[in-house]
Amino acid sequence: MSILWALIIMPAVAGAVSFFVRSDRFRHAIWILTAMSHFALSVAAVLSNIRPVGAWIGFDALAILFLPLTSLLFLGITFYGTGYIARNQVTPDFDPDTGSLFRSVPEAVFTGCMLLFLSSMCLVILSRHFGLQWVAIEATTLTSTPLIYYHRHRRSLEAAWKYLLICSVAIALALLGVFFIALSVPAGYESLSIDNLIRNAAHINTKWLEMAFILLLIGYGTKMGLAPLHTWLPDAHSEAPSPVSAMLSGALLNCAFIGILRLQQVCVAAGIGSFGQHLLIVFGLLSMGMAGVFILRQPDYKRLLAYSSVEHMGILATGIGVGGIAVFGALLHAVNHSLVKSMLFMTAGNILSATNTKRVEKVNGLCQMLPVSGTIWFAGFLAIAGSPPFGTFISEFTILKSAFDQGHWITAAAFLTFLSIVFVGMAGPFIHMCFGKSSQPVKRESWLSVAPPLIFLFLSLILGIYIPAHMTDILTEAAHCLGGAGL
Amino acid sequence: MNTLSGFLIVTCFLLLGASRLKVSVRMLVAQGTILGIIPFLHETGTIDAMTWLVAASGFFLKGIILPWLLLHVLNQSAIRREIEPYVGYNISILSGIVLLALSCWVAMYLVAAGGYNKPVLMAAALFMVLTGFFLVISRRKAITQALGYLVMENGIYAAGVGVSSEFNAIVELGVLLDVSVGVFLMGIMLFHINREFDHIDAARLSELNDNPVFPADEGGTVR
Repeated sequence: MSILWALIIMPAVAGAVSFFVRSDRFRHAIWILTAMSHFALSVAAVLSNIRPVGAWIGFDALAILFLPLTSLLFLGITFYGTGYIARNQVTPDFDPDTGSLFRSVPEAVFTGCMLLFLSSMCLVILSRHFGLQWVAIEATTLTSTPLIYYHRHRRSLEAAWKYLLICSVAIALALLGVFFIALSVPAGYESLSIDNLIRNAAHINTKWLEMAFILLLIGYGTKMGLAPLHTWLPDAHSEAPSPVSAMLSGALLNCAFIGILRLQQVCVAAGIGSFGQHLLIVFGLLSMGMAGVFILRQPDYKRLLAYSSVEHMGILATGIGVGGIAVFGALLHAVNHSLVKSMLFMTAGNILSATNTKRVEKVNGLCQMLPVSGTIWFAGFLAIAGSPPFGTFISEFTILKSAFDQGHWITAAAFLTFLSIVFVGMAGPFIHMCFGKSSQPVKRESWLSVAPPLIFLFLSLILGIYIPAHMTDILTEAAHCLGGAGL
Repeated sequence: MNTLSGFLIVTCFLLLGASRLKVSVRMLVAQGTILGIIPFLHETGTIDAMTWLVAASGFFLKGIILPWLLLHVLNQSAIRREIEPYVGYNISILSGIVLLALSCWVAMYLVAAGGYNKPVLMAAALFMVLTGFFLVISRRKAITQALGYLVMENGIYAAGVGVSSEFNAIVELGVLLDVSVGVFLMGIMLFHINREFDHIDAARLSELNDNPVFPADEGGTVR
């Protein structure tokens, strides 16, 4: 148990300290050391094979799946980020798209918020109490807003304001949902603990629970980026500095997803799992379709990636909604998407700092100009579009197969159509950017900026070829508590 | 308790009809104060130290600190009133009546579902949530949007009073902390918006969209 608390408290303390450290080198050391020890601790927690479950936090299959993933992403982004920040602190910066100058947030605030952000995400993943989970999810919004406003120019200010207001308002609705969960249980039960709710599922008043599910789905779904509630997402992801975009897309969206999954777990136990599943299919397919529309002819490559995140969150929701092995596929897809999308955002950062523009049409011949980044940019496209041999192919295929097996013909057809639209929509910009003749000479790339994305891409490739038996067990177990089946 | 719920409903109507922002902030103070009193009128719950602590910090934050913060931003930004909202004041108040009817209906439905026995408080709470939502959507100024968020949070807090015996005090303090930090961040960003754009008109925060114009391409100058 103490190891779990350490995973939450350690980054929080390190983050609080970072606000007051004046020396850049010392602060970087704190950041890197925290990230490394956090990853080591989370791996140790998984390997120890003990699953303590307390009143507040606990370690179940979902947590075992997402905690090491978040920690790994943070570690990779830390190495990438330290280099990125060092390059970016030359003030004032030049904003190529509007032709104006801007400054960046002080580094101490950035590092501090980054570590607090990690702490709040771990709390979301580990919490076993709906109230605590709400507090943690709202905390992720608060700690990440200053990160989005890292570049002090008006567009990132606009993005951060939208993010803070839309997500706060939506998450406030989720709090109403949490109260409704409390009302769904007769007096006398400790009613917001997830484990207690599952244990006493027979006594739950399903009317209140359904109402709670709708409110939580709207609240956390906004944060997860499900259409039509996704409007903050493309702005925040495109205006945030690249390490932050990688963190938002790879880790934060999963956290909001977990928020919904926890209640779905209770709904399944109370026998109304299909109520949530229908809603998730509707939101999921809508997200995929809308993302497809906006991906076609998208002029900005960071927004392109952001809409692709909307699409993938749609895939996750659809997977859970379809049920059966699709739940297994959706959880596997969450892992794959996190690895590939954060890798792509980091590479986008490399491209942005080399070419100084976010516009697709102005970038040409990347494979020539940035040999490593250009190559992994294209490989990353293949991975995110779900081509074999990458892990995303396996997970999307699992969802699709399950949809066909269970006779969800319309869902399967729509799923396939939207996937193809997105593939076509993304292929154009990526081919345009990677190939052709470069107008600029070959640039040197520091290993810190290419190694983390390269490793993430490699991991996604491995997951496409071989899934470790231990991971299959965990995924199966998690799928079972969500009413699905494992492989 | 029903009288106080009635007062909450009145403050919402005043918020919907107010053009002067200082009036709106005063309504927030009134709401915060009422919300500070309500937990003590909660018949079934015994009043222990934690209830005191939660109610007192709720009153302190919602009734004093956060309105003061918004007032401070207001004074800094030389804005006195909401000009040309998307939805006019008369229509706002008429919509308020519709929203009130809606929340009464939902509250009755929920009470009929069982497990909750304060229909008037629930109706007032839902009405506050909807009013806050309405303010966020229908007003132009970023500061009114922050204000609307706070009204919404007040409504949810009121809905939570009835279930507070089920709800853990530590969590409730966590919620209060989150909301306050959120409004605090909004306040800081309002300062920045004010400085950067010389206005806090959220309607003009519209540079980000899917067909962006890049002034640099059209020979934009470096400031």
